[in-house]
Amino acid sequence: MGIEIKSAREVDAMRQAGRIVSTILKILSDRIRPGMKTKELDVIAAREIKRLGAESSFLGYRGYPANVCVSINDEIVHGIPGDRVLEEGDIVSLDFGVVYRGYHGDAAVTLGVGKIAPEARRLIEATQASLEKGIAAARAGGHLGDISAAIQACAESQGYSVVREYTGHGIGRQMHEDPQIPNCVDPPFGLKPGAGPALKKGMTLAIEPMLNVGDWHTRVAEDHWTVLTADGSLSAHFEHTIAIDDKEPEVLTRGDHD
Amino acid sequence: MTKKEAIEVEGTVIEALPNAMFRVQLPNGHEVLAHISGKIRMHYIRVLPGDKVLIELSPYDLKRGRITYRLK
Repeated sequence: MGIEIKSAREVDAMRQAGRIVSTILKILSDRIRPGMKTKELDVIAAREIKRLGAESSFLGYRGYPANVCVSINDEIVHGIPGDRVLEEGDIVSLDFGVVYRGYHGDAAVTLGVGKIAPEARRLIEATQASLEKGIAAARAGGHLGDISAAIQACAESQGYSVVREYTGHGIGRQMHEDPQIPNCVDPPFGLKPGAGPALKKGMTLAIEPMLNVGDWHTRVAEDHWTVLTADGSLSAHFEHTIAIDDKEPEVLTRGDHD
Repeated sequence: MTKKEAIEVEGTVIEALPNAMFRVQLPNGHEVLAHISGKIRMHYIRVLPGDKVLIELSPYDLKRGRITYRLK
């Protein structure tokens, strides 16, 4: 397997895929409001993907039935859009990816529906901050474990736990490539700082911390997809696709809006 | 979309099968059918019955795995 190094041309293709992802995620984010069914988001996502000439990375992936993952409150990831209605005070993670000219982009955000509790706001901010710390640690010359350690340190310093059983991943021609990117340092799941493969220019990675208010254990719902916190506590999730460069990593899924 | 964490475990090779497949016994007694990772194949690392190996289990099918390392 090994970690693929992308050429400048490939990174450019991924930049375009990333741009489509951030554009559509922004459109979806702006539509979130109390009273809407989550499947409306899937309809919008499908339409926008088509309009921009891309294809969904998620639809049909191991049988996943939608274009976007919508995970509410204690749902961590992989929530399937459906008849559930968003309520004021919910927090919603939108996870979305496309393939464009053969290359994938993948990103996620967590948003509040209407007015949300201060503790929910704090969780969202801590998760976003953990992602930024992880991205900042993704530098050529460093190691994969540096990313994991930076994420976990940021999350735990603010009193949250990081989900262990799901990880970030390499990305490129496939949505999931080597390596897997743990969000913690604890064995058997994690990687210590300085451990793991050396990071090199041209590696493209999807980094995605998931933070829980309670503990890190998860369970999977009867639909075989939706992952929830085992203790029912709130969870938030942010993700960006990045390319490692000589100095600062480039965030491929960052739009002009954020 | 996140990736389900693949799990690495130690095991003991109990039988060599055709096509570079091996039957490996895990410490919990389970038997797994494992193939050899490309890296091991490239470097001609011989894996024989009785060897301790590191295998990567697929979270989707826990009866199959990939031998990634031969332990001394």
